[in-house]
Parts: sequence; structure tokens; C-alpha cells
Amino acid sequence: MSAAADRTGASPGEVQLAVAGVSKHFGGVRAVEDVSIAVRQGEILSVIGPNGAGKTTLLNMISGFFHPGTGSITLEGRNITHAPPSRVAALGIARTFQNIALFSGMTVLDNVMLGRHVHMKAGVLASFVYWGWARREEIAHRARAEEVLEFLQLQDIRKQPTGALAYGLRKRVELARALALEPKILLLDEPMAGMNQEEKQDVARYILDANRLWGTTIILIEHDMAVVMDISDRVAVFERGRKIADGSPDGVQRDPAVIHAYLGTARTLREAAE
Amino acid sequence: MPEFDLQFTIALVTNGLLIGLMYALIALGFVLVYKATDAINFAQGEFVMFAAFICAGAADLAGMPFWVAAALALAGMIAFGFGFERVVLRPLLGRPIIAVIMATIGIAALLRGVATLAFGGGTRAIALPVDDEPLFLGPLMLPPVQLVGAAVSLVFLAAFTWLFLKSRMGVAMRAVAESQQVATAMGIDVRRYFAFAWALAGVVSALGGIVWGGMLGVDNQLALIGLKVFPVVILGGLDSVVGAVVGGLIVGVVENLAAGYFDPIVGGGTKDFAPYVLMIAMLMIRPYGMFGSRRIERV
Repeated sequence: MSAAADRTGASPGEVQLAVAGVSKHFGGVRAVEDVSIAVRQGEILSVIGPNGAGKTTLLNMISGFFHPGTGSITLEGRNITHAPPSRVAALGIARTFQNIALFSGMTVLDNVMLGRHVHMKAGVLASFVYWGWARREEIAHRARAEEVLEFLQLQDIRKQPTGALAYGLRKRVELARALALEPKILLLDEPMAGMNQEEKQDVARYILDANRLWGTTIILIEHDMAVVMDISDRVAVFERGRKIADGSPDGVQRDPAVIHAYLGTARTLREAAE
Repeated sequence: MPEFDLQFTIALVTNGLLIGLMYALIALGFVLVYKATDAINFAQGEFVMFAAFICAGAADLAGMPFWVAAALALAGMIAFGFGFERVVLRPLLGRPIIAVIMATIGIAALLRGVATLAFGGGTRAIALPVDDEPLFLGPLMLPPVQLVGAAVSLVFLAAFTWLFLKSRMGVAMRAVAESQQVATAMGIDVRRYFAFAWALAGVVSALGGIVWGGMLGVDNQLALIGLKVFPVVILGGLDSVVGAVVGGLIVGVVENLAAGYFDPIVGGGTKDFAPYVLMIAMLMIRPYGMFGSRRIERV
């Protein structure tokens, strides 16, 4: 974990991302209503809830795609409530999208190299000329990209265009691209949707490994309750824009409000998932 | 129809290829802007004309040597590209694309007017530092102006292709072109690349303006070169760098063949519309062009 502490500059357990009293309305729709969450360094936090509960809206606000109507979002003491997405990414928050959002005309490697963009310092002129500094920088980033490719076992397809890859692989490439940013916090919007059991287990393992290896804080939206309960340190439950519960997987599963609102008649979350 | 003559045809084709490379250079400015920002630049011809005016004017009015005047035109057009994006287009971000198109039509009229105001209505010349004596290569007669123009185009087409396909800026630009939303999630400041694309359009316009202005003379008519861009990019594909080159070559050759074989029969004019006939045919069979991506169909 020492490497993790070096990378994020915060020790495990400290509040890293503070979402405070955040609301977002679209016309008359209250997508997110007065939500507060303190995300701690190094944890895996899952956000669950029925469709339309405001989970993706919350993610979009954290990553700067939407700005909250009220409330604030603070990353390591820095107010990012109104920061544009490119700035949020540069500050160390990476994300994947619900629908795969790869650059389909490019190779796997080019996609992953784009994840290194925020770390590249060489300017327009330097990359025009390409020699010296810009070139050395390129090589260093390439090495880092290869490391991520190896981590996600994508080395063999690095030169293939992403458009032609199978669904599960494309999901994995998107994860690789996000990890290439070396994010402090990784936002994953349904990374296992549409996968079979085996693929889901692979992705769950990659998430856990990234979390342990690099200390990356994970915020995960996922519908597969078995996976959520297995890998999460903490679970926040949303319903109709509000957070109705927040706690350990076991605690949340026993929470009467959650069982009532989210599960209807089922007695446990696992039962509901099945 | 004049009798088919191999040597005559080779001469027409060679000349067409040289001219075609120069069309390709200008079309590239259009394609870069379209790819990166989705905007259709109806002022591309005026950009070229204005660059030529800066170069000719600086030499005529201020007595600058050619190279200084050319450098001034280049710097001026880069600044203009940046400025146009910043002042006119950035406030239009997120508006319907028609607003951007209208803005380019407006700027086209403005550039024509300002050029006349600043440099007068007469035709000016750019004294390119090349010989007037044509080069004879076997049966071919090659004007040095065209050779130089084609060479300049070739060098910059290669440079831009490399920039777009291999360099980090280019990869980021392609990312912006494919999805602004995802690019921005990668930490790419989309607005910076919009400005960069317009500045590149400025570079291309300056080069094109100097070369074309040197060949044709500099007045408002030079802006008509922009009309040649449309058959070029429709044939090649609106969003394809390779397409701009191939489209440019085809238009150059077709024009020349029409001028050599059809114009003598009908008394002229086919040279000017032959590329458009091809363009309309292409729109009917393959609206996204030879190398363009299919999503263009929806536009």
C-alpha cells in the first residue's frame, strides 16, 4: 500500500471526495436531491438503486459533465463543483461510460495512450518536432500504457482496431483506458452490464486488483447484487434521486428502508438478484 | 472531339495532377476543420484570398521582400484562425451546426469587403521567386510555378497526414472528432483542439493563397478557388485526409481533360462544371465519398 500512498498523497481512510448536499433537477425532474457522500481514500464504494434513481447523474456531476444546481463537490480539499470534465480528469478522476465509448477507429493501444494524455507535457511545437524531449516522453508513456495492457491481459490485441472487438473485450479496453490515466478515483458506470458470469468475475477481479495494487478509490454503479456485495467496502442505496442508505454491504442488506423501497417483497438483496 | 492524342493526354493529366495537389492542400484545411469541429467552412476560399492579399499587399504597399511578406501572411492567417474560433465560434458552441455555417458565410462576406477596403479593387501580383521559363520534359511543358506549388502542397500534405495520424496532437484531434464527450473525459480540452484546427486551416490557407495568388493574380476572384473545394471533398469524403488528396487529384485531372477535349467542341465552359457533374454523381452513389465515414450520410 505504500505505492498507493505515494500516488494519491492521501493515506487510506481519509475523506478524499466530499459530495455535500448536491441536487440536480432537469426541468421538473428531480434527478438527484440533496445527496451527501464522503468517499474515503482507497475504498470501493458501490452505488445501487433502481433505474432512474439518479446514480448516473451523480457520476456525471462528479466527473464534471453536469454541474449541480445546489451543493458542492470537493476533491482533496479542492472545490470541483463547477470544473469542466477535462479539468476533473486532469485532477485525477477517471470514468467509464454506461454504453461503451471507445474511439472505434483507433487501435487498442491508441485508445489507451489517450488515457495518458493528461500526463503528457510536451506542447504543440515539441510534438510537431517530435525529437528529444517529446520523444522521450512518448516512450515513457508508451511503457506505462503497456503496463496497463498487461495488467488487463490485452497485450495480444494492442494493435487491433477496437471497433472489431467482442463486447466483453471492448468493455475491458475502456477500463484499461481509464486506468491509464492513473486516476486517484475511478468511476465505473455498469462495467459488467451485458456480460456472462465468467466475464463478470474477471472484471470484478481487475477492479479489486487495481484497488489493491494502486490504491485507486473505486466508485461503482452495478446492478449485479452478488458482485456488489462481494467486492464493495461500502454500499450507498439510491431511490428517486435520494440516498436512502449508506453502509457496509451486510448492514445495507438488513436495512428495512432498503428492503422496503428497493426490494419490495424479497427478504434479502441476494434473493432479489436471483 | 479532337482526335485522341497520347502525348496531349499525358500533358493534360500531368498538369491536372500538379493543379490537383494544390486543390488538395486547400481542401485539407476544410477537412481538418470538419473533422475536428463538425463545422463546414464556407469561407475557405475567402481565407485563401485574404492570405494572398496580405502577401501581395505587404510586398506592394510596404515594399517587403517576398519571404517576409509570405511569413507575414502565414502568421496573419494563424492569428486569424485562432481569433475566428475564439471570438465568433466559441460563443456558438453547443448551438445547431447551421449557426456555425452561417457564421462562416458571414465571415466570407466580411473578408471580401475588408480585402477590397484595405487593398483596393485592382488585381495585385505576388512575385513568386521562381522562373517564368517553362521546363521541358520530353513532350511535357511544365510551368515552374505549378511545380513549386505542387511540391509545397506535397510536403505539407505529408506533414499534415503525419501530424494527424501519428502525433499526439493528431491522435487527440481524432479523439475530439470521434466523440467530444469521451475526449473531454480523457482530460482533453476540446476547445483547444477546435482552435488548433482553425489555426491549421489558417496555415493551409496562407500556403494556398501565396501559391494560387502567384499563379492567378490577387483579387476578389481568387476566393472562387473555394468553390473547387466542394467537389474535392465530396469525392474524397468530407472527413478524410487521404480523400482530400485523391479528390484533389481527380478534380485537377478531370478539369484538364474537359478543357482539352470537350471545350474545343462546345466552345468552352465544361472545364468549370465537369467536377460538379462528378460531385453530383458521387452524391447519388456514395454520399460519404470514396474515403469518408458513413455517418456523414445523416448530415
